[in-house]
Amino acid sequence: MRDWKAIRARYEPVIGLEVHAQLKTATKIFCACPNRFGDEPNTHVCPVCLGLPGSLPVLSRQAVSLAMRAALATHCTIQTTSIFARKNYFYPDLPKGYQISQYERPLATEGYVEIPANEGFRRIRVQRIHIEEDAGKLLHEGFAWSNDKSGIDFNRTGVPLIEIVTAPDIRTSEEAHEYLAALRATLVYAEVSDGNMEEGSLRCDANVSVRRSGEAALGTRTEIKNLNSIRNVARAIEHEISRQVALIESGGDVVQETRLWNADRGETVSMRSKEEAHDYRYFPEPDLPPLLVDPEWIESARRSLPELPSDRRRRFIEHYGIPAYDAGVLTLSREVADYFEEAARASGNPKAASNWVMTDVLRKLKEDTRPLSACPVSPGRLTEMICLIDDGVISGKIAKDVFEKMWSTGAPAGMIVECEELTQVTDASAIEAVIAEIVGAHADQVAVYRNGKKAALGWFVGQVMRKTQGKANPRLVNELLRKALDG
Amino acid sequence: MTDLWRLNAREISEKVRKREVSAVEVMRAHLSRIEKLEPRIDAFLHVNEHALSRARSIDSAVSRGSVDLPLAGVPAAIKDVLHVANMPTTCASKILRNYVPPFTATCVARLERAGAIILGKTNMDEFAMGSSTENSGYKPTRNPWSAAHVPGGSSGGSAAAVAAQMAPIALGTDTGGSIRQPAAFCGVVGIKPTYGRVSRYGLVAFASSLDQAGPFARTVQDAAVVLAAISGRDDHDATSVERRFPDAHAETDGDARGLRVGVPWEFLKRGVDAGVMTSFREALDQLQACGALLRDVSLPHLAHAVATYYIVATAEASSNLARYDGVRYGRRAEGATDLDQMYGETRDRGFGAEVKRRIILGTFVLSSGYYDAYYLRAQKVRALIRRDFEAAFESCDVIATPTTPSPAFKIGEKTDDPLKMYLEDVFTVPANLAGLPGLSIPCGLSAGLPVGLQLMSRWFDESMLLRAGHAFERLTEHHLRRPPL
Ligand SMILES: [Zn+2]
Repeated sequence: MRDWKAIRARYEPVIGLEVHAQLKTATKIFCACPNRFGDEPNTHVCPVCLGLPGSLPVLSRQAVSLAMRAALATHCTIQTTSIFARKNYFYPDLPKGYQISQYERPLATEGYVEIPANEGFRRIRVQRIHIEEDAGKLLHEGFAWSNDKSGIDFNRTGVPLIEIVTAPDIRTSEEAHEYLAALRATLVYAEVSDGNMEEGSLRCDANVSVRRSGEAALGTRTEIKNLNSIRNVARAIEHEISRQVALIESGGDVVQETRLWNADRGETVSMRSKEEAHDYRYFPEPDLPPLLVDPEWIESARRSLPELPSDRRRRFIEHYGIPAYDAGVLTLSREVADYFEEAARASGNPKAASNWVMTDVLRKLKEDTRPLSACPVSPGRLTEMICLIDDGVISGKIAKDVFEKMWSTGAPAGMIVECEELTQVTDASAIEAVIAEIVGAHADQVAVYRNGKKAALGWFVGQVMRKTQGKANPRLVNELLRKALDG
Repeated sequence: MTDLWRLNAREISEKVRKREVSAVEVMRAHLSRIEKLEPRIDAFLHVNEHALSRARSIDSAVSRGSVDLPLAGVPAAIKDVLHVANMPTTCASKILRNYVPPFTATCVARLERAGAIILGKTNMDEFAMGSSTENSGYKPTRNPWSAAHVPGGSSGGSAAAVAAQMAPIALGTDTGGSIRQPAAFCGVVGIKPTYGRVSRYGLVAFASSLDQAGPFARTVQDAAVVLAAISGRDDHDATSVERRFPDAHAETDGDARGLRVGVPWEFLKRGVDAGVMTSFREALDQLQACGALLRDVSLPHLAHAVATYYIVATAEASSNLARYDGVRYGRRAEGATDLDQMYGETRDRGFGAEVKRRIILGTFVLSSGYYDAYYLRAQKVRALIRRDFEAAFESCDVIATPTTPSPAFKIGEKTDDPLKMYLEDVFTVPANLAGLPGLSIPCGLSAGLPVGLQLMSRWFDESMLLRAGHAFERLTEHHLRRPPL
């Protein structure tokens, strides 16, 4: 194994990602059918998206606006003229026999996405973003007739997509993971896409090659398809790197081909070779005039952009003084960042807010598999609880229980503390009475303490806390115990 | 009145609106004319069984005082490449046998809104690919002037129907001459509008950057009324533009005085039939005698027009016809055991020879490694041809050529030689490549067969064509000649 690690370390992987994102438009890209997921097959279709003879595409302005938002959010340059092209191939889910896409002149070029890298950030360059239409979906199983035929659902046909292509800047599967997480967060923030990989609104293909470290020339690459989660992208790339290194080490050559990721078997398998690759016969789409975007349109897209995750992360670090890692986690989703920021501002204690959101809120959400929108503890409620701690009303330890109760009942912290009489005992005379009782009953322990084993203090603290059901203020208990024991 | 079929569209509309005749009478006259002549001509693929009931509703609309119907009660034949909802559209192809579209083409809907009544769907070359209507997957159409001759194509059925007075007006489509060439062969008026003037929504695409629908009629004025009715921007076609005619009648009121007529003599030197050239020269003389000014114009890149056309048109066709794969509609070949076999056999059995030839040619010119040499270069030549016209129109208002190098040829004469057939388009394809409007108007007979004069004008200047065409009609009687039926 150690040998393998050493061998592997002699190679540098070169990775580029192609991400397809469905745009959150009201309608499909070239017709008025609703852009909606999850309905009965073939309920959102018309002559245009079915590609019936005599139908023509008409471009949705909203699709262009969202695509421009994605381009601006990834720091791309928007081309004032871009051109649609036909990508020709036969497949049953492609009703026209071609996909309307962009080829030689895409909507946007040369941007970047920032990913975290040793205490700072690293830029993964985006080469291009182009607009295209989605294909339909083949239905192979789950129907009465599935034994002898397949069906086609055209609800997805014509849903607007953008394809975001990186430069071959990614070097590890972890970086690929970081890039996808950052890109996904950006697209979701910008309200361009749902970013849901499981439902297919975000899809990823990876181009992977390896070269001996220090070599300038790129190795032969393979393209890996069928990556349906961020985790699988990382796994598939990791597997493919190892496969290529092993192949080269054993004297073989990497073949340029398309490979399919099989998540169950955890490996990539050959799908088609370079010779079998499609000749898509791209040519400019004659049914659509060139797409012209004027500066005002670009400007209005820019104005509609919210603060983006990378900017927000930077601001959280500087303004709230929280660690870079925490800021990264908190800004991965706009909702989480909004939640944190509300609690941080209202409580005046951003560090506590960050800790509670990171360790408790997100953990509970994950346990319950609920979205933040269904969180039973609102930022206001969390703020109230943080203030109770900061004001010394409850201890941090009790707060954990209070939080659990807030979660299960939805009640405010103050009410829980009151009903369950969880308020800290800060009355010195009440604590002194308890201490006197314990000290009187345990002369032996007092002797141990007085003989120099100061650690025995902990035992007394525990006794006092037990007697007060954890409500005594720990700082006060320590102080009064010392006074009583030290005499 | 039993010979209402003799009336032209303007006369019918006027009489129907004045209630001198009913739309039902007009329709009956045309339906019986079709019944009588169709066995000899074979112009139709489908006759509208609801034509009479539609005529009744036009009559009642008129009696309720609806006067805004410039084509009230006018029967119209529609090329079978344009959709009429709930009527079959086959494009004369076996692959679309029994295909019924769920929507009506915008230009057809506009024609109906103007009061016209759809008579039926007319025969054509399969998917509009051809110059003789012999490539129909169902039957050839005959030229009303001579049963042994072709009516031209691809809109041969529409041209023949209008020439044989089975319909006063018809719609065709013109990708490389498919309106003007059959109009010339059948001795009627045909207009290919400026690209973008008429919506292509509901026109089954052959070559999307070249296709335009346009009218056939027996007079320039009738053609103008139809063109006015079908023109204008359509939200369903991103390449359509809003350039309506203010008034179709005013557009045709001109005469030939001061009209600058450009003639590209260089381009007409070779290959033009002597009879055609005689008629063409006579037409120019007549125009000149009435005050038109003749100019020699140079269009140097037209020499490459046919080659350019057959690259651009076939490339687009290879993509446009990919959807006929037997998966969703149309005919699917039975018995295939895998997907590729199903595609292959469906398309092999469904398409005719000429369609297959063009799909293969178009696929080839778009292929990786050949794209630059063919498609890209063709697009460059296309831009040069456009520039030639821009320059030529600096010194003239219309450009005149014969519509075709020769009159109608015999059925079967050119079917074995596709290249010869392609050269039929030599004078008509330039207007499509440049997007210009073109008009073909009868200008004489050669050996008893009609000859067409083609006029082209600047982009969106159909007014100029109509004015010139109408002036020519007033000088001559060619448009009054009818085939011996
Ligand atoms: Zn649709």
